[in-house]
Amino acid sequence: MAYDIPLPEHSEADPRERKLFEIRREAERQGQVKSPGIHPSGAPFPVASPQTGYYGIPLLKEPAWTWEIPLYFFVGGASGAAAVVGAIADYTGADRKIVRDARWIAAAGTVISPALLIADLGRPERFLGMLRVFKPQSPMSVGVWTLMGFSAGASAAAFAEFLRGRYGPSLPIRVIEQAGQAMSMAFGLPFSNYTGVLIGATAIPVWNNNVRELPIHFGMSGLGAAVGLLELMGNNKSRALELLGLGAAMFEVWEGWRLESRNKAALNPVKYGASGTITRIGGTLSGPVPFALRAMSLLTDGRGSQKMRRLASISAILGSLITRVAWVHAGHVSARDWREPLGVPHVQE
Amino acid sequence: MSVTGFLTDSTLCIGCKACEVACKEWNGVEEDGLSWTGFSYDNTGAVGHSTWRHVKFVESTPVPGIGGNSPEQATWTFSSDVCKHCENAGCLEACPTGSLVRTEFGGVYLQPDICNGCAYCVVSCPFGVVQRNPSDGRAFKCTFCYDRQKVGLIPACAKTCPTESIKFGEIETLKEQAKQRLQELHERGMTDATLWDSSDTSVGGTHAMFILRGDPVSYNLPPKAEVPTIYLKKAWTSSAIGAAMILGGAILAFLSDKRRNGRAA
Repeated sequence: MAYDIPLPEHSEADPRERKLFEIRREAERQGQVKSPGIHPSGAPFPVASPQTGYYGIPLLKEPAWTWEIPLYFFVGGASGAAAVVGAIADYTGADRKIVRDARWIAAAGTVISPALLIADLGRPERFLGMLRVFKPQSPMSVGVWTLMGFSAGASAAAFAEFLRGRYGPSLPIRVIEQAGQAMSMAFGLPFSNYTGVLIGATAIPVWNNNVRELPIHFGMSGLGAAVGLLELMGNNKSRALELLGLGAAMFEVWEGWRLESRNKAALNPVKYGASGTITRIGGTLSGPVPFALRAMSLLTDGRGSQKMRRLASISAILGSLITRVAWVHAGHVSARDWREPLGVPHVQE
Repeated sequence: MSVTGFLTDSTLCIGCKACEVACKEWNGVEEDGLSWTGFSYDNTGAVGHSTWRHVKFVESTPVPGIGGNSPEQATWTFSSDVCKHCENAGCLEACPTGSLVRTEFGGVYLQPDICNGCAYCVVSCPFGVVQRNPSDGRAFKCTFCYDRQKVGLIPACAKTCPTESIKFGEIETLKEQAKQRLQELHERGMTDATLWDSSDTSVGGTHAMFILRGDPVSYNLPPKAEVPTIYLKKAWTSSAIGAAMILGGAILAFLSDKRRNGRAA
């Protein structure tokens, strides 16, 4: 039985003393101290070396983003894809309700997205700083302008939708509607997946090692969520949505399989530990689960089929959200890994 | 005005931390707190938003004979770390506001009045230099003493360094000096002395060069740092493919649905 070394009274106020007690306590409990650079007895000197790096202090800085950012990734993916689905539904003369609901989802995205970004920046007026330049080499800058274009288009389309419901489809309303819709589709396409570019083109190993996969992965997961939202809003008779949902889930299955089959130390954060578990939960909910449910609902009909479609929708939406959280979390874990950027081989623990 | 740089010679550094102090004094950088890392004499750890110069204490197993080490003493090297002021700077490329700019002296300068705290530079720096100050919300890093250089003064850290371990000057001259210094060190038996400036990677060289002994990994300096802009082409190609998949998928799905309905009717 290990006994606890009591922390002295003053330790709350003195972080230095506290640290020393924490180290002593860990030594007492575990038999050794695993904090960076601390070695068990026999190695009195902590060492900075080609094998141990600089005491295992991470070279890279962790992402400083708060919880708003993964949520923004989710909202952007879903609303961007919804705008595209809605526009195509309109052009192909599909059910009006799909077109209308897609516009509301896109419009909701244009309200929520900037709100989340502004909340992350701390002070609202700081958001305007992004609008003073356009830098094609900065995915953040391209993304913000994409959001601006998307917002203009999607809110115009939604406004026209509102006017149409009130005054009927007169010519000026249709002009606004069509222009807004075309714009929201054009910007919605990159908006649904640019966040994959945003985190892919960084110095964080787990992200830049997936730079090819992330944009398509995020886009498809966004499409799955958009279809899910549309179906939950009552468009559960549409075969087109069902096919789209099935396609998105199928791609997510393939993406998950690819990720699992690649063996690379840089990918550890999305495979092992807490971040690995979250990634797998997100992947399962956006890939295999909705795929199986949708496939089964295609084969059956009646109420059971509708129920499976609803479950598939909920699963895809949750999966899409958890996937973004997982990737951002994995970025934190990856930044803390001092070995990867220094090119030091990983040891099996 | 010439393009300038730092040449930090770890073989001359005595670990006095005068550069850290001078930097904080001149630039009014906030204090980091007094906490112990608990594993070495380095109680600062790394450069960050409140540490623009950071003296690394590279403690390693003894290498007897080299540099006058006796077998029972650990080899102790110090090296003053700083923002690398890359030739191709990840932070500068990533900044969406234009806060990060290249100055006429070749350094990378963060304009705090323009920075909006998006923190994209933080994940774009391959050296983990720039950091968001949580209490302020904006990012901060070494300014290369732009204000001092502007009026013809040398940066505070270089000015205060008592052993001239931190050399400041015109970058081509420094490169020449580094070459001479390396030759001198090699002749004196320190055959493990090297120059680190990341010039063999996509970073394309740095305005802060370091003379080190041994493997740069011991100093937390990456052997192969890449500027994240090299991933852009792959990323945007993938984004275009992803967009085409969504667009194509939606068109196919709705057209097939329409045909089916047409037949049913």
